[in-house]
Amino acid sequence: MADLKVTLAGLTLDNPLIPASGTFGYGYEMAELYDINLLGSFSFKGTTAAPRFGNPTPRIAETASGMLNAVGLQNPGVDRVLSDELPRLTEVFHKKVIANVGGFSVEEYAETTAKLAAHDAVGILEVNISCPNVHDGGMSFGTSAKAAEEVTRAVRRVTDKPIFMKLSPNVTDITEIARACEAGGADGISLINTLMGMRIDLARRRPLIKNRTGGLSGPAIFPVALRMVYDVYRAVKLPIIGMGGIASAEDVIEMMMAGATATQIGAMNLVDPYICRDILEKLPDVMKRYGIERLSDIIGAAH
Amino acid sequence: MKQLEFKILSNDRIAKGTYLMKLSGDASDCAPGRFVNLRIAGKFLRRPISVCDADAETLTLIYKVVGQGTRQMAEMGVGETLDLLTGLGNGYDTEKSGSCPLLLGGGVGVPPLYKLAKQLIAEGKTVKVILGFNSKDEVFFEKEFAALGAEVSVCTADGSYGMRGFVTDAIASVGEYTYFYTCGPEPMLRAVSAATATSGQMSFEERMGCGFGVCMGCSCETLTGYKRICRDGPIMEKEEIKWPTSR
Ligand SMILES: Cc1cc2nc3c(=O)[nH]c(=O)nc-3n(C[C@H](O)[C@H](O)[C@H](O)COP(=O)(O)OP(=O)(O)OC[C@H]3O[C@@H](n4cnc5c(N)ncnc54)[C@H](O)[C@@H]3O)c2cc1C
Ligand SMILES: Cc1cc2nc3c(=O)[nH]c(=O)nc-3n(C[C@H](O)[C@H](O)[C@H](O)COP(=O)(O)O)c2cc1C
Ligand code: FES
Repeated sequence: MADLKVTLAGLTLDNPLIPASGTFGYGYEMAELYDINLLGSFSFKGTTAAPRFGNPTPRIAETASGMLNAVGLQNPGVDRVLSDELPRLTEVFHKKVIANVGGFSVEEYAETTAKLAAHDAVGILEVNISCPNVHDGGMSFGTSAKAAEEVTRAVRRVTDKPIFMKLSPNVTDITEIARACEAGGADGISLINTLMGMRIDLARRRPLIKNRTGGLSGPAIFPVALRMVYDVYRAVKLPIIGMGGIASAEDVIEMMMAGATATQIGAMNLVDPYICRDILEKLPDVMKRYGIERLSDIIGAAH
Repeated sequence: MKQLEFKILSNDRIAKGTYLMKLSGDASDCAPGRFVNLRIAGKFLRRPISVCDADAETLTLIYKVVGQGTRQMAEMGVGETLDLLTGLGNGYDTEKSGSCPLLLGGGVGVPPLYKLAKQLIAEGKTVKVILGFNSKDEVFFEKEFAALGAEVSVCTADGSYGMRGFVTDAIASVGEYTYFYTCGPEPMLRAVSAATATSGQMSFEERMGCGFGVCMGCSCETLTGYKRICRDGPIMEKEEIKWPTSR
């Protein structure tokens, strides 16, 4: 039988399939469709210290083979995530979950990380220093090596649980940021977040998205994400969660060959809600076709 | 929510730029005011369309061609299949209607009121309907509502058919009503909200990522908190709506 297990900074997952933050809610809508415990883990919506409504609508636009979003980290704030959302989440998902953390200052990242890390169900902290949709922070921490290292050090101090820093592709040299996170004490790297983009409404002669720009995700960005995972694999010794446009079992294997230990699936969940389950069902056959017995054997195989 | 395959039974133009598509498939989750999200070949995002009518095995949608996706829909033929997510949205609540509800539809906001009218009439209520369109060539479903037993008024903005004016101009002429239900473009909903004397429910639109509540793409602020139009809506109560100050 095909062995799908992978180990991420000490946490062994049944398989490398992880729904990406912001595309799976807190799990319970999806749990109406299928048993989401089949999945390796999942990363819930980015959490900030205070509640956020996010950006004005429209927040969504279609693109060729993908979409733009400018949600802007809408979430009920860390206290209500802990009191309301996580109890509901743990009813439908019984494995360790990935807590995605957003923030606007170093102190806020540390405070929110500490609170989420204290919850039993949280296996990994994924610190998002790459949200392109918030003006006063977010991505700015992920586009400067110095700031990235500073945030990493701050969240490192508040927990012993594995910390994955989630990087922005909107930089000149992503390996420089990855190295800074490694120096700051990260246990792993998640990449990529969305790429900044825009669409214009021809009739109104204005950007379609009220916030003007949005983050591009979906199959359109797969080759960009793959290249960045490949480069970061060479630059650091840390495990990588690879994401960006994954839509099939073949894509999962390709991303792992580039250097990912596990993979996240984002935008495809929105249009094909069974995509993660379907990829999982197809993985053993695709592995067989390429002579793969243990999925973990192919991590970084393309190097 | 269910992901299901439907087969096209018919797909015909019923008014200017407006098409009626009849589909066969499991439409058990299609209560009035709910919507489906349909996949169109070559398009990344699904397209949300309201349930116009449904019984256990057939689903009727009415859509206006506004862009590439709906244009592609209009070109689809009998026998072709469509991938649909069904059972989306909260739907209209008919319990609050009282004995004589008023239904107000504008343009492609008319379709979801059809199944609603059917249900209200089946519940023994007297249903009054005001349908508003831009001009005569866009009018549809006047006879269909009348055939259900509803009292129907039609108005057009340019006066080319029925009464001249907007649906709100026709309210005075329909007499007493106990509650209202409405669907149409946002400026119309706002006007209806101001012009009606009773409580009521209205159906909202927003650009959607998923249509089933996981992406937060469709959020709106209400007086009762943040809501996702796709899941906590698209139907909302008049009293909870926080109208934007500028748009
Ligand atoms: C809950 C709900 C119910 C709806 N019911 C109906 C209906 O019964 N009949 C009908 O004709 N139309 C309905 N609409 C509007 C319909 O979804 C859009 O007209 C359609 O998506 C346009 O697709 P397109 O590819 O032709 O346009 P394009 O402009 O090419 O579409 C590009 C993107 O924008 C989105 N979009 C464009 N216009 C709208 C809009 N008005 N609302 C939401 N998304 C939009 C599309 O879904 C797509 O993702 C409904 C919308 C919602 C949210
Ligand atoms: C609607 C939407 C919301 C998102 N919200 C978050 C978020 O809260 N935190 C985060 O780190 N990434 C967020 N992302 C980014 C995804 O997790 C992922 O990194 C990105 O979309 C690339 O993967 P994909 O192409 O498979 O979608 C969001 C993406 C989308 C489409
Ligand atoms: S469209 Fe995704 S939450 Fe409503």
